[in-house]
Amino acid sequence: MKRFSIVVAFSAMVLFTSSLFAQERNNVPPPATAFATAPEIPYDSAGANYLKFPAGLYLGEAMGVARNSKGQILVYTRSGEATRLFQFDSEGNYQREIGQGLYGFAMAHGVRIDSQDNIWAVDEGTDMVIKFNPEGRVMMLLGRRPEYGEGLIATPANNAVPPPAVPYRFGRPTDIAWDAQGNIFISDGYTNSRVVKYDKWGKFIKSVGTRGTEPSQFNTPHSIQTDANGNVYVADRGNRRIQVLSNDLTLRAIYDHVGSPWAVCITPGPHQYLYSSNSNPDNNNSNVAAVTGEIYKMELDGTVLGKFGKAGKLAKEFTTVHAMDCRNPNEIMTAEITGWRVQKITLHPQAAAK
Amino acid sequence: MRRTFQILLAAAGMFFAAPLFAQLTVPEITYDSAPNLLKLPDNIYMGEAVGVATNSKGHIYVFTRTGSTNVTTGTNRAFVRSSSRLFEFDQTGKFVREMGQGLYGFIFAHAVRVDPQDNIWVIDEGSDMVIKFDPEGHVIMTMGRKPEAIRVPAAMPMAAPMPMMQGGNAAGGPGGPMREGPGMMMGGQREGGAMAMGPAREAPTGAGAPGDNFDRPTDVAWDAAGNIFVADGYNNSRVAKFDKDGKYIKSWGSRGTQPSQFHTVHSIATDAKGNVYVGDRENRRIQVFDNDGNFKSMYINVGAPWAICITPGQHQYLYSSNSNGTADMDNGEIYKMELDGKILGKFGSAGKQLKEFGSVHEMDCRNPNEVYVGELTNWRVQKLTLHP
Repeated sequence: MKRFSIVVAFSAMVLFTSSLFAQERNNVPPPATAFATAPEIPYDSAGANYLKFPAGLYLGEAMGVARNSKGQILVYTRSGEATRLFQFDSEGNYQREIGQGLYGFAMAHGVRIDSQDNIWAVDEGTDMVIKFNPEGRVMMLLGRRPEYGEGLIATPANNAVPPPAVPYRFGRPTDIAWDAQGNIFISDGYTNSRVVKYDKWGKFIKSVGTRGTEPSQFNTPHSIQTDANGNVYVADRGNRRIQVLSNDLTLRAIYDHVGSPWAVCITPGPHQYLYSSNSNPDNNNSNVAAVTGEIYKMELDGTVLGKFGKAGKLAKEFTTVHAMDCRNPNEIMTAEITGWRVQKITLHPQAAAK
Repeated sequence: MRRTFQILLAAAGMFFAAPLFAQLTVPEITYDSAPNLLKLPDNIYMGEAVGVATNSKGHIYVFTRTGSTNVTTGTNRAFVRSSSRLFEFDQTGKFVREMGQGLYGFIFAHAVRVDPQDNIWVIDEGSDMVIKFDPEGHVIMTMGRKPEAIRVPAAMPMAAPMPMMQGGNAAGGPGGPMREGPGMMMGGQREGGAMAMGPAREAPTGAGAPGDNFDRPTDVAWDAAGNIFVADGYNNSRVAKFDKDGKYIKSWGSRGTQPSQFHTVHSIATDAKGNVYVGDRENRRIQVFDNDGNFKSMYINVGAPWAICITPGQHQYLYSSNSNGTADMDNGEIYKMELDGKILGKFGSAGKQLKEFGSVHEMDCRNPNEVYVGELTNWRVQKLTLHP
């Protein structure tokens, strides 16, 4: 009997393993629908070493990048003992570190800067969103780091239903955006699979979404932005679509032609554009990298205007873009996971029009 | 006998229920809060401000959960260090110094109190220790002992598929609806115990085990003779009394809802006569004992007493904070009472703005109209000036 179960276990293992290999081969998604027809936008990169660090300081995985109104660059990185937040001037020269040893820093995911130049870090290791003022002091907190004694908490499997979300706790949150009134929108996240709206003082208003593939469901809401009218754009990465929600989180549209949106960014100004990165995956699967890595430029209604970039480790190529800053619509900052770098990309869309 | 007791309890319940209605007419005490009270150096950050206390000069001590807890593996055991820090500020909020950097007993801060001789006492619920510093910052007495090695509790991983091409969901933990409360700590096996990635800690016994050692202690108080009262704590559910030299005298209580039982004894204070007031948080009551631990009274009309504080001086007042939970924005008001439980007024509510509170975890009331609050979820200390 015992031997029998060993045999069963062994053959099950073999089956499992071989199906995994098959999955590895077959798990290459088709190129984004818009890939073949989107015109190429010419562009340059300021180089793979755009950010200049003092000796002895290094970038880790570059998860978040954002610029403030002065052009200063904030980079949130998985580095050092936990996670670090660095500031650079508009030329890429290192200025300072913010939040050394912060209780809310464990596993960086995103950083964004609001219209008052406050810096918001989203940490998926502590399940916290931390607001710093421009001087770098903590002003407000959302979520709470699980207590030390709680130990490790199991992550529900991708095909499992996570426990219901509660208003003031996150489940590995990913990104943040605000509307003109200062209302806060959080994409939450790997576990909770929802979008949650707070007022500017962090009082819960509502949330929408559970894990799934239906409209208004999410399979890792990974990046989030708002437009000037307060509409909310959610990068629903695992479902390979951008879901557009109204300000009260009612579904308005779905864009499913630009691949898997790892990062979205909406430009300011009277004519707003939407950038979305169909990033090559961070598991270094070169089969997938061959059909991913490009960034799309769109109108807010989803019309594709063009694309640029491809997966690769050289400058001007992308090593898993995880976040974008597009404060200047023709100057995109990319934060890249697997290449541990930030690039400044200058677009030449006029040249494409010729 | 037992039935008689129950009837008595029921009668007591009716008696205590009456003030509940009176609570509706509790007057509001107006108050101000000084913005940006504490000024930290550029490279130092406050974490959860679980403890705050002032000394006779008005200096402010803050015991905070910050940094990251480090687990180091060695042979077959796990060793834990850091994440509690103790900061001192002057009466204007200017940073003076850090005390206890890298201290062996600093793991997971819970409270700080300053005694009449300006000694600073910290309670660390991660190391299960109460540590006394003299005013210069030297360790001059320790109570309890840090476990040599600590179990690393881990929920069994749910059957997870292989990491998908999208990266993402490989490891880490969701923030479940956890609330600061009992039964979330490592338990059981201690000295020399094997570190294990296994089923979580054993359930807290709440046995009220007597003796010198603690199980997630929460707070400390002293009487005029210097006797020490330790609220112990999340897992042991008792109050322990020691003499001024740290010699164990007695303890009382266990987990439960009866009088003299506790469900998270979370805060403790004494009055000038040596009576002991215990914030019995999950039971939502303050229990009052005499100096020997005999039950005297309980106040059940001020919500969950996360933090209590008794003012010095001729006429003593009792403050109690009905703090919001860490996953909600409910309640949050602080009550001002006579020592006999009569409510004089209340102030404050939960929120993130100045003058609002994020889970008040400790109060200092050395000056009865100047209350310092340490906030768990807002990572800050506010100095409140009351205008009663």
